[in-house]
Amino acid sequence: MVTEPESKFIRIDDREIPFVHGQTIMDAALAAGVYIPHLCHFPGITPQGNCKLCTVEVDGKPLTACTSPAAAGQRIRNNTPELNEARKALTQMLFIEGNHICPSCEKTGNCPLQAMAYHLGMLHGHFPAQFPVREVDASHPTIMLDRDRCILCSLCVRASREVDGKNVFAIAGRGTHASLIVNTASGKLVDSDIEPSDLAARICPVGAILIKEHGYDAPIGKRIFDQHKINEIGLEKIYIAGAKSDDS
Amino acid sequence: MSEHLHLLHILHELQQKHRYISEASICEVAAQLSLPVSQVRAVVAFYAFFYSTPCGHYHILFSNCTSCGYRAGGTDLLRLLSQKLSVNIGQTRKDEQVSIDETSCIGMCDHGPSLLINGVPLVHVDAEKIEQMAALIEADKPLNEWPSAWFHVKDHIYKRGLLLDSSLSAGDGLRAMLTRGREGTLTEIIQSKLRGRGGAGFSTGLKWRLCQQAAGEAHYVVCNADEGEPGTFKDRMLLQQHADALCEGMTICAYVIGAYQGFIYLRGEYRYLLPHLQATLMHRRKLGLLGTAILGQTGLEFDIDIVVGAGAYICGEESALIESLEEKPGIPRSRPPFPVTHGYLGQPTVVNNVETLIAATHIAYKGSAWFTAVGTPASTGSKLLSISGDCAAAGIYEYPFGVTIQQILEECGADNAQAVQVGGPAGTLLDQTAFHRQIAFEDVGTGGSFMIFNQERDILTIIHQFATFFAHESCGFCTPCRVGTILLKQGLDKIMIGQGARNDMAELQRVSELVRRYSHCGLGHTAANSILDGLQHFPQAFEQQLTQYDYTARFELNAALQEARQLTRHDGKEAHLEQGQD
Repeated sequence: MVTEPESKFIRIDDREIPFVHGQTIMDAALAAGVYIPHLCHFPGITPQGNCKLCTVEVDGKPLTACTSPAAAGQRIRNNTPELNEARKALTQMLFIEGNHICPSCEKTGNCPLQAMAYHLGMLHGHFPAQFPVREVDASHPTIMLDRDRCILCSLCVRASREVDGKNVFAIAGRGTHASLIVNTASGKLVDSDIEPSDLAARICPVGAILIKEHGYDAPIGKRIFDQHKINEIGLEKIYIAGAKSDDS
Repeated sequence: MSEHLHLLHILHELQQKHRYISEASICEVAAQLSLPVSQVRAVVAFYAFFYSTPCGHYHILFSNCTSCGYRAGGTDLLRLLSQKLSVNIGQTRKDEQVSIDETSCIGMCDHGPSLLINGVPLVHVDAEKIEQMAALIEADKPLNEWPSAWFHVKDHIYKRGLLLDSSLSAGDGLRAMLTRGREGTLTEIIQSKLRGRGGAGFSTGLKWRLCQQAAGEAHYVVCNADEGEPGTFKDRMLLQQHADALCEGMTICAYVIGAYQGFIYLRGEYRYLLPHLQATLMHRRKLGLLGTAILGQTGLEFDIDIVVGAGAYICGEESALIESLEEKPGIPRSRPPFPVTHGYLGQPTVVNNVETLIAATHIAYKGSAWFTAVGTPASTGSKLLSISGDCAAAGIYEYPFGVTIQQILEECGADNAQAVQVGGPAGTLLDQTAFHRQIAFEDVGTGGSFMIFNQERDILTIIHQFATFFAHESCGFCTPCRVGTILLKQGLDKIMIGQGARNDMAELQRVSELVRRYSHCGLGHTAANSILDGLQHFPQAFEQQLTQYDYTARFELNAALQEARQLTRHDGKEAHLEQGQD
């Protein structure tokens, strides 16, 4: 079958962007170097669209860029004050829903959630903090699960199933009681087959899943977001590689 | 697939037997069904009728709906029973005899305050009955020795129209279908302009056509009998009285799209209808109207299984319903792809409402002209309304589309209406200036809920109840709905307790718009409707509760220090702020 990919374009803000069949709006945007804020999306992993930060307006309709197929002629608004204001409010919601104490979190400086807050100009949580009581799972010798910081993005769930070929995590419960659970009879991480080299152990965009004993390997000032901004394309490689070098 | 092997059914049996589902049971069930233990655990945690700690021998769930809820009669019956039985709400009594809690609308809105006791509806509850119930529970009387009238669910039909006036014998629709043929039948459904009765109003004919054309290894028909919108109970009556026409509608759809298997997804609150529905299916198999060689036609094969839910409003959303059919938590899928191409087990699937399928049976039999003669050009046919709240005759009314709200109010004896909530908490809150409007997809759409509030009602209390409902029912998948519905409820809490300032109304507006626009599915898109409608049409209901200040704290500082006082064991005068200090 002959196709002419160059004939297919979408327009994001003022840019014409080519896409090929099967790409989502997010795929096409990232390939063209256009940043759409996102937390629960990771290239190569099936998108789910739960954080809603990547919501763009497609011909006036709000859609998540990570799950919406690109289609020729779409006129998409992305970097607009209204959308960025909504993204900021959603980020604030993620902060106040959990217990995110950046100064005492070893992920600080390497944390996409924190970097997103800076990117969107978030200066405070705005909404009333919910102070949930959540269980910490320190059972595993090398991997820590601190649910206080989990934003239910499910990246670890998907990475474990799709990339690691395991099924270590799941989300259970409803509404604000939703929580990250471990797929073992005991419910404890120590009884799972997760390993520090698994993508699931490294993909967490907050400090909920951490590799033990490497938290302060990179000093403040030399951490990922001391040197990069979250709107740089392709940072995912650095998250993973950075985490790997920490572990060596 | 055999009914009793479905995960939800196995868990229901365990819940009935042990009054909870233990961690050991979860692991056993996972092994038995070859499912990940995390999936079984997630399902147990998701559905409200599964518990991880033991309920009482008598487990009582009061509806908290504005029409059939525990406060609908004026007294707080939930508190009253908990006092009589000395049991804390939401906790099982130490002797494990009884546990009491609340649940979302159980569809008994034409029966006054109602509850589920061990899953069975008990209606027309009042203070006197609470007294008697407490005595029966303390005396350990089994439910079958309780007065049977208490469990009598009656169908109050006050107005019959196009559908309820017609009588069909089992098989009439199917014979007409065979005469018309596959394409002829579909043409008739398309020409009838029948639209989905669940509320969204998608063209039924187009849905069937799209599904028919979709490639797949198998096609499926699913009846959405998860009637969860508070204030709706018309499907309860239809399932009781018109189950044959329903099964026939499913069979007609199956014939059109090429399906051999169908499912009725019945809400857990209607489990008491299960024996009746199973008997209907058995009877139809005996008559040759289900199974193989339907009506003697070789190759015409279709059968129906029933899957019973376990307390989750979100499963009324079609893709969440399919997830639930697939033995998972009811999390709505990302769409596209839509169920017509990727539904149950990833195969093309039609999901239709109970009323839609029954209408399809009648259209197959009587033709599209019979149907389009009633209603408006854009909303053909009739609509069954479940009318409840402040009126003389709560019950089921069938109206042609296009009927005005005013006419409905007059006919059901609501002469003092301040507001009407059409379409349930997810619908539209209307004030008197809108009573001239029509029930129609192009004007005021509804899945059937029609709740009336008279002048004595406090609108803010109603809106607060709706907000509480959505916060409880949000599936938790997406940020705006999971967090936003809680923030909306808390924002209303603050105003209700007199701590709200002008700024809090603006904040409610802002969060409401965010939840409506950015949520993943229909639940989130509609969860803030009543708040937005309320702010627009009933601002005084909010304003009269506000403090004089532009901004106030969400909490009372002195009260908030109580935990610190307890922890530090300092409870003297110096550890208290002076009252009235701002």
